[in-house]
This record gives sequence, structure tokens and C-alpha cells, in this order.
Amino acid sequence: MKSLRLVLLVLACLFCGAGCGQRVDERTPDGRVIVSYWEKWTGFELDAMQGVVDDFNRSQPRIEVRLLPVSPIDVKIMLATAGGNPPDLAGLWSFSVPDFAEKGALTPISSALRRTGITREQFIPLFWDLCGYRGFQWAVPVAPASLALHYNRALFREAGLDPDKPPQSIAELEALNEKLTLVDVTRTGQVMRLAYCQLTPEERQARKFALVRVGHLPQEPGSFLDLMGAWFGGSLSDSKGRITADAPGNLAAFRWFRDTTQKYGVENLRNFGASGGGLASAQNPFLCGRVAMELQGVWMHNFIEKYAPDLDWGVAPFPAADPVAGKDTTLVESDVLVIPRGARHAEEAFEFMAYLCRRGPAEKLAVGQHKFTALRDVSPDFYARHPNPHIREFVRLANSPQARAVPRLSIWREYQEELRVAAGNALWLVTPPEVALAQVQQRVAWRWERAQARWDRVAEKREKEWQQRDLP
Amino acid sequence: MTSLERHNLRLGLLFVSPWILGFLVFTLYPVAASIFFSFCDYDVLSAPVWVGGMNYRDMLTDQVFWKSLYNTLFFSVLALPLGLILALLLAILLNQPVRCRGAFRAIFFLPSLVPMVAGAMVWLWILNGKLGLLNQFLATLGMQHPPQWLSDPIWTKPSLVLMGLWGVGNTVVIYLASLQDVPQSLYEAAEIDGASAWTRLRHVTLPMISPVIYFNLIMGIIGTLQTFASAYVMFNGGGPNRSALFYAVYLYQNAFEFRQMGYACAMAWLLFLLILGLTWLATRLTQKHVFYST
Repeated sequence: MKSLRLVLLVLACLFCGAGCGQRVDERTPDGRVIVSYWEKWTGFELDAMQGVVDDFNRSQPRIEVRLLPVSPIDVKIMLATAGGNPPDLAGLWSFSVPDFAEKGALTPISSALRRTGITREQFIPLFWDLCGYRGFQWAVPVAPASLALHYNRALFREAGLDPDKPPQSIAELEALNEKLTLVDVTRTGQVMRLAYCQLTPEERQARKFALVRVGHLPQEPGSFLDLMGAWFGGSLSDSKGRITADAPGNLAAFRWFRDTTQKYGVENLRNFGASGGGLASAQNPFLCGRVAMELQGVWMHNFIEKYAPDLDWGVAPFPAADPVAGKDTTLVESDVLVIPRGARHAEEAFEFMAYLCRRGPAEKLAVGQHKFTALRDVSPDFYARHPNPHIREFVRLANSPQARAVPRLSIWREYQEELRVAAGNALWLVTPPEVALAQVQQRVAWRWERAQARWDRVAEKREKEWQQRDLP
Repeated sequence: MTSLERHNLRLGLLFVSPWILGFLVFTLYPVAASIFFSFCDYDVLSAPVWVGGMNYRDMLTDQVFWKSLYNTLFFSVLALPLGLILALLLAILLNQPVRCRGAFRAIFFLPSLVPMVAGAMVWLWILNGKLGLLNQFLATLGMQHPPQWLSDPIWTKPSLVLMGLWGVGNTVVIYLASLQDVPQSLYEAAEIDGASAWTRLRHVTLPMISPVIYFNLIMGIIGTLQTFASAYVMFNGGGPNRSALFYAVYLYQNAFEFRQMGYACAMAWLLFLLILGLTWLATRLTQKHVFYST
């Protein structure tokens, strides 16, 4: 009998454990509603958000937001939502919105935004639009980012270049590149260090040199190879949402990758690439002066401040192939806050979202995370308070008519993966650029067709659901 | 059945019921559900939609699927025999009566205790094309252009094999246990008959440990075809030209990154059938060579 009781006890524990999956309506001892908030950031970015959360919690007596860093957040949100136990609030990236929205994982907030008077006019339009999909708003943008050319002014001076004249076109970039690139080459039995432009045509042809420093390489840091077509007038989807991976601009970018590799040699570039450290390290090739110019986001300042505080650096729009039509081209992205489907405290979570749409909290977060705000207007002293001396340039670029974001497609992750592989193949001369992009076009178009068929099956039902679930 | 036996049966079932429940809920149900999902368009977040054999048909035309399968088989064909042979050689060496034998055994077993992710991070540095220990060593041997292990598509799979060989400690221990079980009388008899060391190995040791070799072979087939962690950590996304995109990694990508859970389930079932088929084949081929002393 004793054994029977023991077994029953074990079973009871098991069932209780299973029951724990269902959350109870959590409140603090003083009766405040607890809003669970999952965020992807750690480190100083998390600290900055925690500061804003603390301010919010102090600012009113009804809600307590509890911030929890979670990684990888997109997978965890997906599983938690599918399991019916999501957090009340989550910090995603804007490129995830179409995918999560289309699959019914988010709560639409269009009505709630209207009710609280939060409108598109208050934001930099591109960032607001990144939070919308299929006629509904799903998120609010917080802490956006844009990309720009970062260049080492000291290396410019060393190469006899004017540090106040960054390149205005890809052709100029390549010309500067040849002056800034240093190689070790053997002449008459002696190893000599020369600028690339000082090599003889035969030495260039033979590529028997070691790269010591480069002016610019598409693969340094290489995070945006898949998106470089933007600077060549390319687009990854057209206005009707069709896949345009093989557009002429994208092809031009891929040919540029190929030409760069052919110029410097596969072996030389591999050796050079292998000798650098990661982005967040003192061995980052840009931070230690081995790369003079690179395309980077507003976040780069954090690493400069931490690992190379004495670096004399500048920021300029990354040059386009066509300096007139492509002037001030940049890519933008934004952290966004969303309310997953099935959140138990959606209204309270929205209050925090609305709070972050105010200038004060948004700017506090931006300064803390070294980014800028998605709001159209900022305080007069925002730029003075901001730690990044070039923050104004990033904001200007985000407001440029040539600012672009990744395509608003639910299959973007797959599309990006295909582009990444194809860009690598073009860069390392594995596949001709034309073939690489044709493969992407074919494969992604196939996947897109599948995704559209899926959407067609659920569209009517899903849109009805969205109207019913739109947060009041 | 007497009342006491019935009572004991009830009690026994009650005692194992937590396991039975766990098996039903956490193993049998997901496995059964995955069969159903493999015939569905399922993104985890919405209800699955029956699409018949579409996922299986898609696999036929999905070039990345075939590439991941090729990579995995290539890796298995390379890693499995090398691992089995190296482990056996090490076990035979570690079975010799030498000084500090225990210490040597511990040293060879230690790498298999290192968590896979930590090991992969270490190997990322060892295999670094310019600064890595391995290439520095090869350079001292006079190699002018040592392989770019991580960035050259030709070398990505061998680099994973190399890393896998580093962790053969588990297999070595299993071999060692079986080597110590070989009756000394057989060796003595062979010696009296004038058998050389090689002959003793060939005709005494190998037949006597053949069940263990067979066991390691089967476990190796299952393990190498499911390789995930090392490839995922070292070559996130599959490495250059997807040369290190393994089947399990592509399956994971489809399930959790691209949200094609139906397709991933179909892939999982195909992998199961592949492993089942290869295991059956290995069993058939080795049947006559595995000697069970009982």
C-alpha cells in the first residue's frame, strides 16, 4: 500500500508539472499586472532597455514589465506561441514581422494605435511601414539602424588622401582602394611593402603578393553581401511582390564581388580573411587598421568605443555605382516590439509599447543602445547627448529617399540564405554571378509560390481573425 | 494468474507508469504526429493542411536537399571507417602493458568529455587558415600553401572529420573493454602454434571483438548520419557553397528557421528509413564475420 501511495504521489507530481505549463494570472504582491517581456539583446543594450522598463514601472501604479533576455528569440517565440504560452511582449526585428504576422503569431495593434493617437506622421515613414503587413500594424519600431561607410581617417592621411573626401561612387572607392591597399611583394629577392597602385602590371597579373592591409573588400565584414545590390540600383522584389533576385543591379553587385576577387586572388584574400578577428573583438580588421573602409551599421560605434577608442574614424554614405541616382543609398532595419498571439496581458503590454513611442523614453533607449529613434522629431539636445559623434549622419541617411529595407516577404529568411550562399559563390569564383543569381531566382520563386499557395488557402480566414483580434 | 501475481503486475505497471506516460506523451505521440505532419503543409503556428505527398515530391527536386544528403554521406564514408580504425588502433595500444597506461587512457578519453560546442569553438581556431595551430605545424613541415580548412569548400568536410577523430575516446573505451575480455588462453595457444603478432590480431583479437566492432559500426552509422552540433557551430548555414550543410542541419533550418515543419518531418522520416536501410545492410554484410562466443 505504501508503494502504491508513492507511485500515486509521483504521478500527481507529473500531472502538476504538466499543469504548470498554464500560467496563472500573475500579479505583484501590490496587485500590479505583470507583463512578461522577452528581448533578444544582452549586455549594454539590455541594460539600456532595462533602464526604460524601470522608468515605465515607476511611472504608473498598474503594470510591472519584467524583462527577460532570450536567445534565439524568433525560435523561442514561435514555439511559445504555438504552445499557447507566449510572453506578453517580445522584441523582434522588423524583417520578422511579415513572417510572424502571416502565420498568425502576432496580435494586430492597428486599432490600439489609432485609439492612442500614435500615427505614421510621428515616425520616419520607412520604419512605420516596416511594422505593417497586409493592411494591419503589428509592431512599433524602437531603436532602428542604418548602414554607412565607416572609414579610417588616419589611414587616409597616411596614404596621402584627404580624409574629408570619402568616395562618392564605387569607381572612386576602387581608386582609393588601390592607394590604401598595402601588399608585401618580393622584388629582386627582397620583400618590399608597397601600395597596390605601385605594383607593376606583371606583379598585379601574377598576384604573388601578401595582403597586409586593404582599402575595401566587399567581404569585410561581409554581413551585407546579400544586400549589396541596393548600391547598384538593384532590388530584390518588385512592387507586385515578385522575386527579382536576378535584376541587373544585383547582378552588377555580384560581378563587382567577382572582379574584386580576381583582382587580388583567391588565396591572398583567404589568407587575409583568416587572419582577422570577429566583429566584437580588438582583432576586428577595421578596428586594428587592417581594413580602411567598410560598410557598417550605427552599432559599429559601440565596438570602436570599446576596442579602439583612439581610432580616428569618419562616416559617409556608402558610395553607389551611380553617384547621382544612388546618392545616399542605405539599408535600414529596426528593432520592433510585438504582442504575440495569445498574450494574456495584451492591453497592458500595449501600454508599454505606447510609452516607448514617446520622445523621452525612445531617446533614452536610443542613447543607451547607441542607436537613434524611429520618431521623426527629436529633442534639441538629442545629438549632443548621443555618444556616437556621427549619429546625425545615420539619421539623415534613414530619412533619405534612397533608404531601403529588405523585401517584405514571409520567406525572407530563406531568400536571404539563398542570396548569402550565391554571393559567397560569386565572390569566391565558385559560380559565375549570372548562374549564382539565376539559381537564387529559380529556387526562391519556387518557395515563394509555395508560400503564396499557403497564404491563399488561409487568407480569408486569417483576415477575419485579424479583424476580430485587432487590439482595441 | 494468482491474485498475488495480479497484485504484483498492477504494482509493477504502476511503478513503470511514469516512464510509460513519458514515452507515450514525449516520444510515441511526437513520432506518430511527425508521420502525419510529413504529409502536411505545417508551419507550427497554424493548423497543418494536408498536402499528400508534396513534401516527399519536393525533396526529389530540391537541390539543397540532395546536396545536404551528399555532404552527409561523404562525411560518413570518410569519418566512420577512419574513426573505427583509429579507435581500434588506440585501444590496442592502450591495452599494452606500459607505464602510466591509466594516464594515457585518461588523456585519450578526455576530449570526448568536452562539450561539442566548446570543442567546435576550439577547433575553429585550430583550423584557422592563417593563424591556426594545424596550418602553422604544416608550414613548419615545409607546406607552402596549407589547406584553408574553413573557407575552402573542398576542405570543410575533412576538417569536420578531423574534429570527429579527436573525440573517439568513447569508442576507444568500448574497444578496450572488449579487448580485455579476450581469453588469454587463445593468445597463448596461438603463440605456441607460432602465430605472429599480426596473425594473433587478425585471427584471435578481431574475431573475438567482432560483436563490439559491429556495435560501433551501427552506432557510427546512426551517429554520423545525424551529425549536427559540430557542423552547425563551425559552419552556421552550411559554410562556403553549402559544403558543410549536413542533412540534420538542413532539417533544422527547415523546421525552425524557414518554418517548413511539414517538409522537415518528411526529411526526418526519410533519414530514419535511410538509417534503417543502412543498418540492415551493415547487419547483412557483417553477419558472417561477427563471432559470438556463446
